[in-house]
Amino acid sequence: MRHGVARFVTGFLALPVALYLFYVVWPFAQAAGYSLTDWGGYSDSQNFVGLDNYVRLFSDELIRKAFWHNVFFLVTVPLFTIALALFLAFLLNVGGREDRAGIRGVFGSGIYKVIFFFPQVLSLVVIAVMWQQIYRTDGQGLINGLLIKIGLVDADNPIAFTADPEPFLGVPAVLWWLLLIAVWSGAGFYMVLFSAAMQSIPKDIYEAAILDGAGRFHTFFRVTLPLLRDSISVAWVYLGFIALDMYALVFVMTPSQGGPNHASEIFASVIQFNAFQKGQFGYACAIAVALAIFTILLAALQLRITRRERIEF
Amino acid sequence: MSVTPEKSGDLSRRTLLQRAAAAGLIAVPAAGLLSACAGSEPSKSDGGGAAKSKDNPFGVKDGSAVKVVVFNGGLGDQWAKEDKVIFNAKHANVTVNMSSTQKIKTEEQPKMATQPSDLVMNSGADMMDRSTLINEGAIEPLDDLLTAPAWDSEGTVADSLLPGTVADGTQNGKFYVVNVAYTVWGNWYNAALFKKEGWTAPTTWDEFFALAPKIKAKGMAPYVHDAAHGYYPRWALFASIWKAVGKQAVVDIDNLKDGAWKADGIVAALEPWEKLVKDKLLLPGKLDHTQSQQAWLDGKAAFIQVGTWLKNEMAATIPPGFELTLSDYWSKPGDKAAKDVFAASGEGFVVPSKAPNKEAAKEFLRAILSKAGSAKFAELTKSLASTKGSGDNVQDTALASANNLVKGGSGELISVKFPDFYADLDKESQNLSEELMAGRLTAQQFVDKMQVAADKVAKDSSIKKQTRTA
Repeated sequence: MRHGVARFVTGFLALPVALYLFYVVWPFAQAAGYSLTDWGGYSDSQNFVGLDNYVRLFSDELIRKAFWHNVFFLVTVPLFTIALALFLAFLLNVGGREDRAGIRGVFGSGIYKVIFFFPQVLSLVVIAVMWQQIYRTDGQGLINGLLIKIGLVDADNPIAFTADPEPFLGVPAVLWWLLLIAVWSGAGFYMVLFSAAMQSIPKDIYEAAILDGAGRFHTFFRVTLPLLRDSISVAWVYLGFIALDMYALVFVMTPSQGGPNHASEIFASVIQFNAFQKGQFGYACAIAVALAIFTILLAALQLRITRRERIEF
Repeated sequence: MSVTPEKSGDLSRRTLLQRAAAAGLIAVPAAGLLSACAGSEPSKSDGGGAAKSKDNPFGVKDGSAVKVVVFNGGLGDQWAKEDKVIFNAKHANVTVNMSSTQKIKTEEQPKMATQPSDLVMNSGADMMDRSTLINEGAIEPLDDLLTAPAWDSEGTVADSLLPGTVADGTQNGKFYVVNVAYTVWGNWYNAALFKKEGWTAPTTWDEFFALAPKIKAKGMAPYVHDAAHGYYPRWALFASIWKAVGKQAVVDIDNLKDGAWKADGIVAALEPWEKLVKDKLLLPGKLDHTQSQQAWLDGKAAFIQVGTWLKNEMAATIPPGFELTLSDYWSKPGDKAAKDVFAASGEGFVVPSKAPNKEAAKEFLRAILSKAGSAKFAELTKSLASTKGSGDNVQDTALASANNLVKGGSGELISVKFPDFYADLDKESQNLSEELMAGRLTAQQFVDKMQVAADKVAKDSSIKKQTRTA
């Protein structure tokens, strides 16, 4: 590199890198530092306690519960979101009839695309507040109101939604209701992502497949899916992060934030409780650091498993 | 104990993101917040130093400024603006910078170790944990405020306060929290409706269970409560426990005494609640505070249990002719303390230890607790202030019924301390109260689980223990 260029590049990079170090990397290091102390969060006195917080973490019942709830989301959120997004993207791009102009999406796919993408435009809190009304637990709720009117639900025993801890398939019902919101709000974005990826697949591959007698089912599983591997893999990692978070939904939607009776407790809600209600910032930092390590490992593992030779077209 | 909830629907995107950040989504944002708290020097007070006098007992300096943060919840914040006028009448040259919020902890906690506000009203669902504030030395003892002369009446500030107010604000022998409101809890009903139907408001569980079928026959649910926040049903459950077994049993519970929950009569005290749920006397649905209060105002339920901020919180939607009336929690035959009333001072102000102008903060508290200030408070909020005589000149049925309830009581006030002492037990008791009221626990199971939770806290050496004496 010529001398002038190096200086030019450095000049541009210095400020962002400095900001990044100060606002991202340094707090990261500080959180790790606090996790080795018994800091309470309201003063500047703290004692070094070594790895005590981490040892305690493994015997904490609440964390064990939160861990399994996060694992539930980790499996289900990406699975259902990607499945739904792929299905929608397929229909919108190559699901329709074929004509002289080649293969196309179902009728009106442009409008559907906008509609499906809509939840992405709303902030998660708006979504949560809206779903509070949909999930309202008496006859004034959108779902309960409808079902009571058509007689499917007893007015004296309406669906409790996020106030329901009874297990369904071994998992508290409240988590399934939260999952529904997460999938609904996430599918639109990944539909657009997959649509873009699908449009970059040359149409002649599809036409060749159809000429060879492949139906919808085979075109999707033999052509579309393999060629989307990269996009899906990235989507899986992103959705994994979202699944490890879920804080906003739990915070707004569940009784006593993580309830009823700990049925929707997740890492973030346990961190919130320990840091801000119990005044044990050190311990909360330890949980956060453990979660960060877990997330990074997971992402690395995910990208490694799905790494393959790229197909060029 | 006297946590008034936020108004619903006020959750903004920004504050939620702040909290999400605070809770440490993948550690980065949390760490950012943490870094804001660390490594500060204790600040020197720059507001004091002026000559002290009866009208200026703390020596507030002219030309200084004081930052006051008010919780804008069920009681609103207009009353605090009136206090500002009262304060400035005596100290025209002290600038009062007042702001109000519902997110006390979100906004004030990060500043506590560095540059806090001078006076913070620590209230609402998003309040800073009181024991932690005291244990960490983050707030100032205010015993000199109690001995200071009252703003506009004879005697000291302490003399002007209602019983219980000083005790409620005291921890470890020092006075830290200045509660400005006086809240009374109980079962609310619509007196106009009861008169029309010829019903008498029950005073005992037996009378209630006798009345319930008549209420149901009118297509109403007999009872409703907030099922989304566990501390709402917990008030009711503890009122019943206290009335049945008396003060000492609750003090034992607060002090984590061995087997305190197994004391005779506690299970029996909770059994009427179990029966109320089992007999389907609750309005169906798991409504939150404003939803349940609105359902009650809409005539869907006959009774609702909540505190005296109710009227102010629901002011916009109270139907004409609706007479909000507070009655005591129901007792049963053989109760040891049936006439004890559930009332407490609440809405506590604290002065951060590192506040730059503590003198003016204390002076402002003196103004809030003044006769003029507390009368404005009662007038505007329809709730009693913790200063004596605040509600005497306010014409209001809800306030009058609360006043009568306190005057007709034994003088001993029902109070529970462990939720303020131990965050873990606070959370568990809320969860278990919800479970009992959802019919998923019997009274016996509730008591057993509370005992287990209490034992766990008692054994946990990382939790600093507190003692309740009075």
